[in-house]
Amino acid sequence: MNRTVDVLVVGAGPAGLAAAARLAAAGAGRVEVLERERAAGGAPRHCAGPGFGADALGRPLDGPAYARRAVRAALRAGATVRTGVSVTGWAGPLTLDVTAPTGLERVRARAVVLATGARERPRSARLVPGSRPAGVLTTGELQRTVLRFGPRAEYIGRRAVVVGGDEPVTRGAVRSLRAAGVEVAAVVSELRVRRGAFGSVPVLGGTVVTEVVGRGRPSGVAIRGEDGRTATLRCDTVVFTGDWIPDHELARARGLPLAPGTRGPATDGAFRTAEPGVFAAGNLLRGVEPAQAAAAEGRAAAVAVLERLAGRPWPLRRVPVKTEGPLRWVSPALLGPEAVPLLVRPERRLVRPVLTVAQDGVPLRRERLGGSPAPGRSLRLPPRWTTGVDPAGGPVVISAAE
Amino acid sequence: MTVTRTGPLPPGADASTYDVVVVGAGVVGCAIARTLARHPLRVALVEAADDVGDGTSKANTAILHTGFDATPGTLEARLVREGHRLLSAYAGEVGIPLEPLGALLVAWDERQQAALPRLAEKAERNGHRTTRLLSAVELRVREPHLGPGARAALEVPGEAVICPWTTTLAYATQAVRSGVDLHLNCRVEKVRPGDPYHRLVTRRGELRTRHLVNACGLHADAFDALLGREDFTVTPRRGQLLVFDKFARDLVRHILLPVPGPLGKGVLITPTVYGNVLLGPTAEDLEDKTATGTTAEGLAGLREQGGRILPALLDEEVTAVYAGLRAATGQEDYRIAAHPALRYVTVGGIRSTGLTASLAIAEHVRGLLADCGLDPGPERPLARIRMPNLGEASDRPYRDARLIAREPDFGSIVCHCERVTRGEIRSALTSTIPPGGLDGLRRRTRARGGRCQGQDCGAEVRAMVEEYGEGAR
Repeated sequence: MNRTVDVLVVGAGPAGLAAAARLAAAGAGRVEVLERERAAGGAPRHCAGPGFGADALGRPLDGPAYARRAVRAALRAGATVRTGVSVTGWAGPLTLDVTAPTGLERVRARAVVLATGARERPRSARLVPGSRPAGVLTTGELQRTVLRFGPRAEYIGRRAVVVGGDEPVTRGAVRSLRAAGVEVAAVVSELRVRRGAFGSVPVLGGTVVTEVVGRGRPSGVAIRGEDGRTATLRCDTVVFTGDWIPDHELARARGLPLAPGTRGPATDGAFRTAEPGVFAAGNLLRGVEPAQAAAAEGRAAAVAVLERLAGRPWPLRRVPVKTEGPLRWVSPALLGPEAVPLLVRPERRLVRPVLTVAQDGVPLRRERLGGSPAPGRSLRLPPRWTTGVDPAGGPVVISAAE
Repeated sequence: MTVTRTGPLPPGADASTYDVVVVGAGVVGCAIARTLARHPLRVALVEAADDVGDGTSKANTAILHTGFDATPGTLEARLVREGHRLLSAYAGEVGIPLEPLGALLVAWDERQQAALPRLAEKAERNGHRTTRLLSAVELRVREPHLGPGARAALEVPGEAVICPWTTTLAYATQAVRSGVDLHLNCRVEKVRPGDPYHRLVTRRGELRTRHLVNACGLHADAFDALLGREDFTVTPRRGQLLVFDKFARDLVRHILLPVPGPLGKGVLITPTVYGNVLLGPTAEDLEDKTATGTTAEGLAGLREQGGRILPALLDEEVTAVYAGLRAATGQEDYRIAAHPALRYVTVGGIRSTGLTASLAIAEHVRGLLADCGLDPGPERPLARIRMPNLGEASDRPYRDARLIAREPDFGSIVCHCERVTRGEIRSALTSTIPPGGLDGLRRRTRARGGRCQGQDCGAEVRAMVEEYGEGAR
């Protein structure tokens, strides 16, 4: 079946739903969100903890409540949200192939917003050696499993080791395990982590998991500390957290270039990819920011989509922006003439670093930051950092020095 | 036709007395059982693990070899050549994914380049006359992503990639539907040889059989010992492998084989029928027949070698990492032997070519059983089967509009990475030989086998196992 819509949004998480709500409210025409999972709302659906803002009365929202509100807002605005519907590929520019229980579809849109989110790298992608028992999970699988089955030891074990860092997703895994009655033997982190970052759970910073041991279920993990000392932690469950990789498959299937640092599709400050009419927003761009940040991007992308629908031409020239020094990535990956905010993720904790933005070797801005940015969260640089970029010039480089 | 997994074996002399018992349900044992199922015999296939193909057969390089590089004149050389022909035809008949990509043996230095004509001669002696030497320029046209330094190659048409899981499962399914009893979780602990019946003591009770076939793979020597034979020792040779994401598939068009040399066999890079790229294997001689773990050194070594062959490969995500053990016996040939006095056939030392040779081995074993006094009786046709398609070379259910219209569950994708539908998972869980667990389900459907390794679908798949799996019935 061939159909045409005005805007097709792929992914009903915070970014996709926020974009759809804004677009539908602004009269963009038929706005359709396709979600491959059986329920809309995205990753927050599985996160029982706080960190999702508050409702109108100031009561804190948990993930599922946040997800429900986001879905409701999109529907109320007039967007169509379809679940259990999978986009499987591109049939041409702005035309997507779809598989649903109701049959195959080919949907053409005037604009496409990719909001497919990110996933945690599983154990295999991290190349952690050893045996292959069941009970080696990511936070995502852990939380979905608990949500589906409750605290069943056959699936989530009794004593877990959590691998991660001082970041929300690792805390989320620890919280989910403890709420399910699973003892957390330790949090193991390659980076140094402050003591007490996980309450009473022991933290082993500067430590790597060198092997998963056990048949059927894990019997433990072998670890090695910075000083070279090794040990085995007894456990029957291992949860690998964080280490995000964007779910960029649709973007790549269309041949959209990726940003080297983030592995998300390269976009400019208006969420425009390399292909006219195709936008990308949210955690697809660079792994995980909080849901509210992803939603804000979805809303901002909607503004750019509306401009596109109104006939604004796709920019021809944009310059790449990249990082140097102890910075893992910067987003967006392309800069046009407009000054836009930048998200920058440090590789390790930096103490009052001096940040420099330069183009063709000429510094555009240099500032010492007050705090100590950490690898678990992004640094948001306001638009003034990107004023004066020459869209006809060479790559923009952002670097940090302590 | 029975499949049992738990509880005592069917009691009574009639129910547990067989003409032939095949011990070991790997690709070879299943092939033998299927071949014997053509005859009016009572046949049982007995397996220690909880699924068919759960040992060496599940963790290999998934290549259908031509046997071009076998040692001419060996049994292996003959059975691989025949097996290649038989399995190619069978794959088409029952729907085993197979892609005849052809192989390139790539030479990276002068010594390897000098070895190519000799390999071409060897191939000719093995009956393969279509190999061809490629210059560096021709090679670059064929494989534009090869790393710098590729000097020449020998092209071997006919080398193919195949789905090893579907192959084993197809044999076993066809055997069971044609009347073979399959007893899983049924390790044979003792054999009491006798006349006219041998008695097999298993963890689940006793079986009686006139003839016995040892297809125990890595444990073939231990099983031989149960009958007092000590003809060879099996040394597990571990092969670690890396499976790269589907985005790596465009980087390689052929099976890229190393040129064997004094420093070992080297690693290969090959597409898989699932649309991934495989890098490996290592070759480590071990003592422990259960050491299927991977090691940091092994994986680092593979990445280093793979990066030289196909540099862009290392930029892609790794989907899966695994290790398999092949059965080395210190002899560059199979160890297949009939022991007529014991009415017993040992099928040992089936090395990495066992998948390819499986159907020819089965024919050969049928002959050896006759030498041991088995009168198989007349032949009859096997039950017809059609396996679910796991391969990317032909359409999968999620793209099949007519199937979805008939059964909407085939339009409901559960495993998004591998695009496995609810309909496929349900079918596998209710099939002739249902999976024993999530890993068996993965080998039947690809569910949970993709880049997220079950992060998205793991819970949903478990729920389906609870709903439709064996425990639910």
